Amino acid sequence: MQVPLSWYLIVAAALFCIGLYGALSRRNAVAILMGVELMLNSVNINLLAFWRQVELVRGTLSGQVFAIIVITVAAAEAAVGLALVIAVYRSRRTVDVEEIDLMKL
Amino acid sequence: MDFILNFWVELGAWAQDVLFGWGLPAWAVNLISDIVVVLVLVVVGIMAVLIFTPMERKVIARMQDRPGPNRVWPYGLLQALADAIKMLTKEDITPTNADRALHMLAPLIVAIPALLVYAVLPWGPNIIGKDLNVGILFIVAIAALHVIAIIIAGWGSNNKYSLLSAFRVVNQLLAYEIPMVFCLLSVILFTKTMSTQGIVEAQTIPYFIVMPVAGMIFLICAMAEANRSPVDLIEADSEMVAGYMIEYSGMKFAMFFIAEYVNMFAAAIVISTVFLGGYKFFGLENLAPVLTPVIVFMKAVFVIFVMLWFRATFPRVRFDHLVGMAWKFFVPLAMVNLLLSALVVKIPVANARVEPWVQGGVMLVGNLIIIAVTVLILSRSARKLEDAPALKRIVAVER
Amino acid sequence: MNVTQVIFIILSAVTLIGALGVVVSRNLFYAAIFLVLSFVGVAGYYILLEAEFLAMIQILVYVGAISILIIFAIMVSRRFMSPKYKARNEQWVWALVAAAALFAVLVVILIQVDWPIAQASVPDGTLVELGKALVDPGQFLLVFEVASVLLLVALVGAVIIARER
Repeated sequence: MQVPLSWYLIVAAALFCIGLYGALSRRNAVAILMGVELMLNSVNINLLAFWRQVELVRGTLSGQVFAIIVITVAAAEAAVGLALVIAVYRSRRTVDVEEIDLMKL
Repeated sequence: MDFILNFWVELGAWAQDVLFGWGLPAWAVNLISDIVVVLVLVVVGIMAVLIFTPMERKVIARMQDRPGPNRVWPYGLLQALADAIKMLTKEDITPTNADRALHMLAPLIVAIPALLVYAVLPWGPNIIGKDLNVGILFIVAIAALHVIAIIIAGWGSNNKYSLLSAFRVVNQLLAYEIPMVFCLLSVILFTKTMSTQGIVEAQTIPYFIVMPVAGMIFLICAMAEANRSPVDLIEADSEMVAGYMIEYSGMKFAMFFIAEYVNMFAAAIVISTVFLGGYKFFGLENLAPVLTPVIVFMKAVFVIFVMLWFRATFPRVRFDHLVGMAWKFFVPLAMVNLLLSALVVKIPVANARVEPWVQGGVMLVGNLIIIAVTVLILSRSARKLEDAPALKRIVAVER
Repeated sequence: MNVTQVIFIILSAVTLIGALGVVVSRNLFYAAIFLVLSFVGVAGYYILLEAEFLAMIQILVYVGAISILIIFAIMVSRRFMSPKYKARNEQWVWALVAAAALFAVLVVILIQVDWPIAQASVPDGTLVELGKALVDPGQFLLVFEVASVLLLVALVGAVIIARER
């Protein structure tokens, strides 16, 4: 294999950790969603790298199918998440997650 | 004689032999030939602008019974060169509060998707940039990239009309992508391959005759994706004053202009590849393969002529009608066509081998039934509208 | 160090710079553009891994739809791009520590494992096999149908949630 598997996995881990930092440290709800999308992308890279290395000799395709389903779920989640952000903005006039705390004591 | 007949392929082989003769290793020869192919495709794309700009203006002018541009050279055929010189000498303005980086980024990335499509278009039996086995999906994905560039252009201009026009663009482009994909899916069911060369090879009968509904819907969707009239709301002078291109002048505007015409030419070649038989012309491509690029070009010119004909004939469609037409009319129609082609392809089960013209004939009959039913439904609802009391009042007042 | 590895390193640089731009930009619109850049980089990875159908789907869905959704959501809630609103919340230091620690742990583990090296090359009919696998009752039909229902639910839900009252 020309590019070793560990390289793909390290890059995917880096992407995941950058997405994690983005999801944990940003105030804007849309920015948090962007971090979540980065994490889902890193998972996809992992799945496809393992498919290429491990599954291809066996001839199964579960890596690719899993990746397609992850993309589908990410699209559905982005749509609903952004609809929620827009609805919250309309009623509270803010998308800052620090200020959307009406249920706290 | 064989050399002349297979000219393009022989030319490529001879050039590679020359490169090998200079002692270059294999990877360098591949790299150089790839770079040369890329340059040729880019030049072909930009030649499209030079040829189709004066053609558009002359053809539409003749349809409107006026001469059109006739100053530059006999018959005004070098008008594009005059336009290019004019645009190069204009001042390059960035609005004051606009985002400089975004304002400069948008023209750069708006021409990229338009030119990328040329990599998968077949100009002959072996003359193709790169025969991807997901060629058609590549073309659809590139159309999606185009939308992002337009949003960046609209946002980066700090102008609310520009932004509003960018919203409308996204609405229109995303709405018309869906019937386009459904029509392509109907074709792919017949050809069983997504590679553009495979689609041309599989067309013993051009698919426009086999499924005219899909062909016409795809033509209209391609026109909407390329922002051509009668669906060019976003850049019409009386509507949005050049839309997302308002604040651009000089070379940046030239990039948008080039991108539009390159896009139009690419869409025409895609239509001729998928629906009109590509480089096939009643067996001429077997007799003289040197003529296949000419055949492709002629078919593309015909499709562009039809697009210009639409532009000169129909008034502009209102925006909510436009988007409503896409979602409520084209999507169901394309879905019915997809169901029909799935039935026609899959019903002859297992090992029964059906002649292509039988399949094509059944599909054509099915499509004609679809057209007849659609026209019937539309005429019945139009008649009901005629009898509506509000319309009767308006007509009575006018009389 | 052959050509594929060089291309891999260039793609990694593009993707990771895009990802860093997403999480560090104060201007949300720049963050969205960096996100598009990293999506395109990830599509490049899929092409390197010879899953070209996935690469096209990635560009079509992520760049063509999700990025546009995100840009629209940014435009709707536009007040929050002016400089007086802070971009990071109070726990950003701990978030940085947690992310860095997770990365360190993952890298240490990944380097130490002896990964299998398979020399198979992708057969030509993978696209056809993928299509068949998705509708084969013995393979992935159920997942396919559930994903379709999920998309329908998400579509209806998003329209209802974001409706004008």
